[in-house]
Amino acid sequence: MKINKTDLTAISRLLFCVAFLALSSAAFAQSGGELRFCLRAEPKTFDPLLVDDDSSLSIRYLTGGVLVRLNRHTQELEPQLAESWKLSKDGKQIIFKLRSGVAFSDGSPFSADDVAFTMQRLMDPALHSSTGDAFRSGSGAVTTKIMAPDQIAITFPAPIAGLDRLFDQVAIMSAHSPKKEAAVLGPFMVGEYKAGSSLLLRRNPNYWKKDSQGRRLPYLDSIRLDIQSNRDVEMLRFKRGELDLINVIDSDYFDRLAASSPGLAHDAGASLDSDFMWFNEVAAAPIPEYKRAWFRSTNFRRAVSEAINRDDLSRVVFNGHAQPAVGPVSPANKFWFDSKLKADPYRPDDALKLLQADGFRLQNGALFDKAGNAVEFSIVTNASSKPRERMAVMVQEDLGKLGIKVNVVTLDFPSLIERISQKFNYEAAMLGFRNVDLDPNGQMNIWLSSAEDHAWNPQQKAPETAWEAEIDRLMRAQASAADPKKRKESFDRVQEIVAEQAPFIYLVNQNALSAVSSAVQGADPGILSPQTFWNAERITLNPTTRASR
Amino acid sequence: MTRARKLACVVVLVVCVTSAAANWIAPSGYAKQFRETPDAPPSHQHLLGTDEVGRDRFARVLYGTRISLLLAPAAALVSTALAALVGGLAGYLGGFWLRLARGFTDLFLSLPWLFLLITVRALLPLNVSPLTSVLITFLILGLLGWAASARVLSTSADALRNSDFILQARASGLHGPRLFLIHVLPNLTPVLYAQFWISIPVFILSEANLGILGLGVAEPLPSWGSLLRELEGLISFREEPWRLVPLLLLIVVMTSFQLLLSNEEVTA
Repeated sequence: MKINKTDLTAISRLLFCVAFLALSSAAFAQSGGELRFCLRAEPKTFDPLLVDDDSSLSIRYLTGGVLVRLNRHTQELEPQLAESWKLSKDGKQIIFKLRSGVAFSDGSPFSADDVAFTMQRLMDPALHSSTGDAFRSGSGAVTTKIMAPDQIAITFPAPIAGLDRLFDQVAIMSAHSPKKEAAVLGPFMVGEYKAGSSLLLRRNPNYWKKDSQGRRLPYLDSIRLDIQSNRDVEMLRFKRGELDLINVIDSDYFDRLAASSPGLAHDAGASLDSDFMWFNEVAAAPIPEYKRAWFRSTNFRRAVSEAINRDDLSRVVFNGHAQPAVGPVSPANKFWFDSKLKADPYRPDDALKLLQADGFRLQNGALFDKAGNAVEFSIVTNASSKPRERMAVMVQEDLGKLGIKVNVVTLDFPSLIERISQKFNYEAAMLGFRNVDLDPNGQMNIWLSSAEDHAWNPQQKAPETAWEAEIDRLMRAQASAADPKKRKESFDRVQEIVAEQAPFIYLVNQNALSAVSSAVQGADPGILSPQTFWNAERITLNPTTRASR
Repeated sequence: MTRARKLACVVVLVVCVTSAAANWIAPSGYAKQFRETPDAPPSHQHLLGTDEVGRDRFARVLYGTRISLLLAPAAALVSTALAALVGGLAGYLGGFWLRLARGFTDLFLSLPWLFLLITVRALLPLNVSPLTSVLITFLILGLLGWAASARVLSTSADALRNSDFILQARASGLHGPRLFLIHVLPNLTPVLYAQFWISIPVFILSEANLGILGLGVAEPLPSWGSLLRELEGLISFREEPWRLVPLLLLIVVMTSFQLLLSNEEVTA
């Protein structure tokens, strides 16, 4: 058989077409599609400056364009709409150099005007923005100065520690678009909202970011967020392949999923969240005076801390998906954690010695104080948290070995909050702290003795103990210093004082557990919120894998 | 006695005797935590496995049954006594008192019970032992659960008040408490008896509902409510069928009570 030149040309064209089709199908496998997951509650707002709940936070993260973004993996700040930025030495001013050629989802151009508009609206006291509260450093107005269409200086009345990181939460709004909050700079925009049912986010066609090959991000066409508060239903739908992600799952679900589909369950290690207990030290609290004396004794608090087996709590309650907690900062917080500190080991014998140093005595299996009062107290916790109830029961048994009688009381959340923050009618409490902010400034409302959330003895007119006065001083020092090293030194000392005095008895840091379908490619679950979709713009779907599930 | 009722009697008897002998049948107790084997499947050491913190589930079922079966009748007794006082007396007196009692009863029945129970439970002192918490929980149930029975009793007493034999007794000069105690109350006994038996399963289920919300009997003491709470989040029955034992026990005991009750109602 003879093949002439025309045939060769035809064959080569055919081969080219086949190769092109193959490459095209590969490319389609890498882009498009709809990612699906659940919001646990209805979003309260679509206004990015008024966001205060988890669902709205997720939407703001996916739709909002920010000047700088905290990389959820490296915990470093990265430029976004700002190409670069510069902080003044006194910590009062920040100058942003903005990216040019960027447009909102409705096509209106992005400029320094929009940043100025956003900051003015954010700092408007009438708006009552919790995001804006983080920027309030002192009396006086926040001023913005547009130095060029792509350059803006923002000046605050007093220094703000970690100022640049706060802009991770500020989604820039358009100053001129008639669509207001519907005009966004993030990778997705709100497409369709069915109250109580679902929310569809569509790809923002004007999103400025491109991948290394010059393809415009995001890869996904859309994200469907179903509003589903029932976690059982969420897990069932995930198993059926109707959902692609579960951002946060508890350890029971995690283990079941890991047993059936090990590749889908992701344990990113210790998160920033912590569970802890504390004693009521409020002077005016309606508790017996002798009990207040126990609770105000450092030896008593330290003894309780050392009598709790944190390894058992992690292993039994969280099936190993938690780490014994060290203090107010989780080891997951790479910069701010004081690595010199270690979690209190389980030392019941040492705990008893500490109690004996305070005049307590163990008699017939029961502990008595100097005056002969049997040591008995109640721990209140919220009825809706099974892990916390289990921890309370284990603490009850651990302390029982020291002769301390503990009564576990579970209350509905409003009653619990009323008791611990208004009436102070409780003895000890166990709760959790969901930390979303790496910077210690986010904890000012806890550590200052005058603060409302200074749980063990809030709203003190003047610090009642020397160590609380020292914490006040150190927290203010770190908040007013611009140098990160000096701030770290101050906050390390705060962590050490907390470890010595044990006003909060930290128990465990839960691991960040999530579930990601095998159809999802490019997801890298981490410990910082949003755990599974922090890089949503680079996530792709494999339709073949999804269809086979 | 029907065969079904005989069977129900046997079931209730066996459950009562077994739970009463919990100290001997399950000597490890309901509170001891075997922390090396949490959430374990059934074994020779733990017949129904262990719960989330390693406590023997068989022991907890026995002790929980004892508590629920002891205190639910006690609460039923309190509520029936209150119902007899309010409903029986109002029905006997009639007129204004009957209208007042019925209005008050209707108002009581219209209250949102679950929220009222949660509120009352939250108002109680915190530092009480688990045993006291059990007593308080069932006492609250007893004190708050009288209204439906009172409605029934007031109607029965009202009917009795106008009956011929009461008229004859009145005509013979019998009045006041003597008439109530000698003629009215004995004739209300079958209704009281039926109301008492109806209340027992209602209180067991109410405590179970409070337990599911985490507001029932305090830890580490078990009750059917706290045992049923373990079923939260159970996705597949096939994986851990032994966890269904408290639920099955509740169903069997409630059914037995209903069988016993149906016979009593015929009598009443």
